[in-house]
Amino acid sequence: MTNPNPSPAIKDSSMLKQKAMIAGNYGKLETAAADGRKVAATFVPGNLNELIMCFDMLNNLPEINAIQNGMRKKTGGYIMEAEKRGHSEDVCTYVKADLGMIAKGNIGPDGQKLPDPDLLLLSYTGCFTFMKWFELLRAQYKCETAMLHVPYQGDGKITKTMVSYVVKQLKEEVIPKLERVSGVAFDIDRLRENLARSARAEEDLVWVLESAKARPSPIDAYFGGVYYIGPIFTAFRGTEDAVEYYRLLRAEIGERLARGQGPVTPAGDMPDERYRLVVEGPPNWTSFREFWKMFYDEGAVVVASTYSKVGGLYDLGFRHDPDRPLESLAEYCLGCYTNRNLPARIDLIAQYMEEYQADGLLINSIKSCNSFSAGQLLVLREIERRTGKPAAFIESDLVDPRYFSPANIKNRLESYFQMVDQRRAGSKSAARAA
Amino acid sequence: MIPTTTEIIARCQALFDDLNFTYAREWKAARPGRIVVGYMPFYVPRELIHAAGGLPLGVLGGGEQLEVIQGDAYYQSYICRIPRSTIELGVTNRLDFVDVMLFPSICDVIRNLSGMWKIMFPKVRSRYFDVPQNYRDDVGGEFYIHELAELRDLLAEASGQPVGDDALRASIALYNENRALVREVYAFRARQPWQAPSAEVYLLMRAGMIVAVEEHSRMLREYLAAAAAENRPRRDNSRVVVTGAFCEQPPLNLIKSIELSGCYIVDDDFMLVNRWERSDVAEAGDPLANLADAYLHNSGDTSAKYEPDQAKKGLYLVEAVKRTRAEGVIFASPSFCDPALLERPMLQQVLAAHDIPFIAFKYAENSGQMQPIREQAGTFADSIKLWSNP
Ligand code: SF4
Ligand code: SF4
Repeated sequence: MTNPNPSPAIKDSSMLKQKAMIAGNYGKLETAAADGRKVAATFVPGNLNELIMCFDMLNNLPEINAIQNGMRKKTGGYIMEAEKRGHSEDVCTYVKADLGMIAKGNIGPDGQKLPDPDLLLLSYTGCFTFMKWFELLRAQYKCETAMLHVPYQGDGKITKTMVSYVVKQLKEEVIPKLERVSGVAFDIDRLRENLARSARAEEDLVWVLESAKARPSPIDAYFGGVYYIGPIFTAFRGTEDAVEYYRLLRAEIGERLARGQGPVTPAGDMPDERYRLVVEGPPNWTSFREFWKMFYDEGAVVVASTYSKVGGLYDLGFRHDPDRPLESLAEYCLGCYTNRNLPARIDLIAQYMEEYQADGLLINSIKSCNSFSAGQLLVLREIERRTGKPAAFIESDLVDPRYFSPANIKNRLESYFQMVDQRRAGSKSAARAA
Repeated sequence: MIPTTTEIIARCQALFDDLNFTYAREWKAARPGRIVVGYMPFYVPRELIHAAGGLPLGVLGGGEQLEVIQGDAYYQSYICRIPRSTIELGVTNRLDFVDVMLFPSICDVIRNLSGMWKIMFPKVRSRYFDVPQNYRDDVGGEFYIHELAELRDLLAEASGQPVGDDALRASIALYNENRALVREVYAFRARQPWQAPSAEVYLLMRAGMIVAVEEHSRMLREYLAAAAAENRPRRDNSRVVVTGAFCEQPPLNLIKSIELSGCYIVDDDFMLVNRWERSDVAEAGDPLANLADAYLHNSGDTSAKYEPDQAKKGLYLVEAVKRTRAEGVIFASPSFCDPALLERPMLQQVLAAHDIPFIAFKYAENSGQMQPIREQAGTFADSIKLWSNP
């Protein structure tokens, strides 16, 4: 049984540290004008935090604002506001949550006004909507925009041409604009230092994510995972704070692992690991806790997820490299999960299924997000075919509460868990018969 | 003897209706070594395919005729129709003669479909065809020349023959001629829309997705001559530009309905590949560099292309209105089409700033119910008339 009155999610020192970091960044954004700090708005996949930091600029991420607002149940109203202003009901709700928030005064998730960006740093990685989103924001703010076109890995590999194209854009387009807007000259050694810190944090993050290979897994790599990726996917990659956060996190998870404990959930420690799942697709944010509960109530642990790779894929070995600063930024952008072609995504999931000894795959298909969702039914078929493990499909949305149907999802999950049980019983009896 | 518009359009209609692509099959079978290269919207350099001895075949979904059965099993309800009907064409072997499939960089759906095709049709050479969003010759241009070179290698491999520069220059010349004729048909329709009904122009352009370029150019020439020679009744219609339909195509009936309800379509963005380059691609010199130069500096605008200059955003639509003396704009976009629907509010803002009236609706390639669209377009046509004759 789990605690019926969930306490706040994870209260380890890493969590407290992360909370302080996030609050600190919002605090800096709020006083940016008074402090004379320039602000860059940018996206999570392909974000160039180490570079932005070289110019003493702050990093504001509209996707993160949408997530934070979603978790605070504010996005429903913002989306309706955007739709009232002519934005289609069919398009990505992150975009509408952002535009709706701006239309209603641009009050950030913590209740303070967000600054207008001085630069829109449009890293066009893994999603077409990003480009339109920033064109929409540019129409609003009329500020300088830097476009970084990151080619798609259509053939499932990063070529030299792609890297040199991205590096050239960094040199010719992005860095000059950052210099102009910030008034700070680019110092490549500063970038190298930032990248070295990134690599240290990445090392610890990978260790944490791979701890889920143990039985029981000491982490939930999806619901817990979204907290773990927070600093490295956002305004902190390359900072000392991030290094410290991941050091703390690794130590905490190390202890859980040594004690043979399962993941922490909002209801406390998970006592019993009954199902090990791989999850593909982003979570729903407006009912995040309710969604998570549907899993931990059943003893289901997510041992690997693709969403936790959307802002950088490190577990295949990539690290930011201070010796190849711009090239490694380019390779980082090129390697983000949704910038990989569908066969490569399927290979990665199949690899997770095996390495993390998962019982099955669950796809949470997001109405908003064609980048993730288009093709997921083939992903499901292919994974079932290749692994022989059951896969299930549920549908929801990121931040639009209208598309989260708890009863449907719960039903679907329950039948899925039964299916996993049956499959297990089947394979046990087959093993006995053999 | 010059064929009549009726004869020309009957041929186009037959090509349009034939979801087994008999023309392309016969074309391929006529000579050993020929290849057919399928491509999706919005743009691929067809010159390269032609120079490789290939037939470029525009794959624009299944339209209203195709019953999608298996394709629906690959897509959630909130994804547009074209990928599912394209899959249907594939799994029902209607595209089994296609040697190479190209998926241009238009949106995440077609991007992901490129990977699906690799898995589902492993014998076909499938390629995601990227285009630059940076328009500097030494940055985006250089990248694009590499893309073109890789595509040329792929096509050479598929056809078993190298694609030489001279062959490519000759193909560029043929497509220049074709695009000039396409522009002429559009200009003719803008001048005298009653002489070139949009359903006819549409079918004529669709034929260009199927038949060899030389043949299409002949059809365009014949149509221009035949349409000019006929005398058709002139209606008191309003003149509109249709935009947003650059990928999944509207049902033919929708195009007819717009005209029947009192709007002459004087410009549109159906099948942009037909007139993507605004003027001739240079024929002398390095052909890949010339194609890249045309893409970067002399091509159309659409949602899939980044506009670096905020001041110019959306002006292409205003220019289309002015050029064709249109009186209003109809935003007709496929349901769930991110590029069209995200672009729409920005374009509407620009139109509003230029006092150009507009309406908007969504469709699916298999939409059957035209009454609401007819009513909406009819009311729009009336209001335009009131607007211009207060
Ligand atoms: S479409 Fe998906 S990846 Fe793109 S902005 Fe929306 S949620 Fe993010
Ligand atoms: S209709 Fe729109 S969303 Fe669908 S494939 Fe075409 S461009 Fe993409």
